[in-house]
Amino acid sequence: MAQHEVLCPLPGTFYRRPAPDKPVFVEDGATVAAGTVIGLVEVMKQFSEVQVEVGGTLVRFLVDNEAPVEPGQPLALIETA
Amino acid sequence: MSIEVLRPGLATTVQDAGRPGYYNVGIPLSGAMDQYSLRVANLLVGNDETAAALECALMGPELRFHTDAVIAVAGSTMTPKFDGVAQACNTALAVRAGTVVSFDFMRAGARAYVAIAGGIDVPVVLGSRSTYGLGAFGGFQGRKLAVGDRLPVGVPQRTPTPGRSVDASLVMPLDKEVPLRVVPGLYFHRITDASAQTFFDDTWVIAPEADRIGVRCRSGRPLEWRPRAQPFGAGSDPSNIVDAGYPYGSIQVPGGVEPIILHRDAVSGGGYAMIGTVISADMDRIAQMQPNYKARFVRVDMAQALAARAERRAKLDRLRAALA
Repeated sequence: MAQHEVLCPLPGTFYRRPAPDKPVFVEDGATVAAGTVIGLVEVMKQFSEVQVEVGGTLVRFLVDNEAPVEPGQPLALIETA
Repeated sequence: MSIEVLRPGLATTVQDAGRPGYYNVGIPLSGAMDQYSLRVANLLVGNDETAAALECALMGPELRFHTDAVIAVAGSTMTPKFDGVAQACNTALAVRAGTVVSFDFMRAGARAYVAIAGGIDVPVVLGSRSTYGLGAFGGFQGRKLAVGDRLPVGVPQRTPTPGRSVDASLVMPLDKEVPLRVVPGLYFHRITDASAQTFFDDTWVIAPEADRIGVRCRSGRPLEWRPRAQPFGAGSDPSNIVDAGYPYGSIQVPGGVEPIILHRDAVSGGGYAMIGTVISADMDRIAQMQPNYKARFVRVDMAQALAARAERRAKLDRLRAALA
């Protein structure tokens, strides 16, 4: 099993859900495919999707919801088969 | 002779030295927020230093070159990649037609300038090729770049020299904590003595909504205003004034809570008290502050502000001499 970190593409605030009253994009332990959206980064009044590049199991998130994030920061850990 | 936008990045715009002379009718200066780094990039590729280049905020674009070109990336640390192969920042780079140019994360700083020998050849509007997004004119169709745009490239005025680079002492500093020098005024007298102290003592954090219009700061203690009966024409909040012109760099504090520093796409006036103005020499540094970077406001007087302006000019002269 190889581990892969999802890196933050840009600085801002990280959100795990598409809207405050919606469920999270992905739960810890869920299976994700390449291109799955796992969160949003808000900056300059724009929301950018964070997509995973490789499929596998999303073991856990490495930052909290609404945490400040910076470019290149690991956001989540994925275990690939 | 064009460059195709495969991915636009977050907010990539065409910018040059700006559009001075129309602020009285509400049209701001615009132009590169970090004017110094615009000049580094342009001079590296043999352009006039004020040629139009791409300003990439916080995240780079992905571009396919349909022409041979020479480019340079200056400002923030954002490694360019040619068909996936990493290249140097602050260096003139030859690009072959067909190459896809992408960028790594912005490791430090907030705005990268991508200059192309010959400049971005969009129409001149009111004396400038700069994009003014709120006004929807200038730059490429008056907006930030979008997928599928084709950017016209001008004819180089000089033969560029690939491989040419600039000494580290001549690039912009990209610290995560930045002292910003401020001349108090015009409404500094409206805040209490205690707030006049905390404003300069506190460390402020750049907010995620910071953009070309203004840079909002958080986390310092709220400011309190001296009690007064609000004059006719001023709003009811104590941070309100009778409308006045807003200088570039002026700091307004709506509600006394979050200072906003106006930058190059600022609105020209309004009804918030400005408690001070960031000096011209430090405006480039604001452009390189990512959200969550920290700022301290440092009180200076006009003589110190003018000395700092002279120092910035001297550094620009050294840059020009190094890349002549």
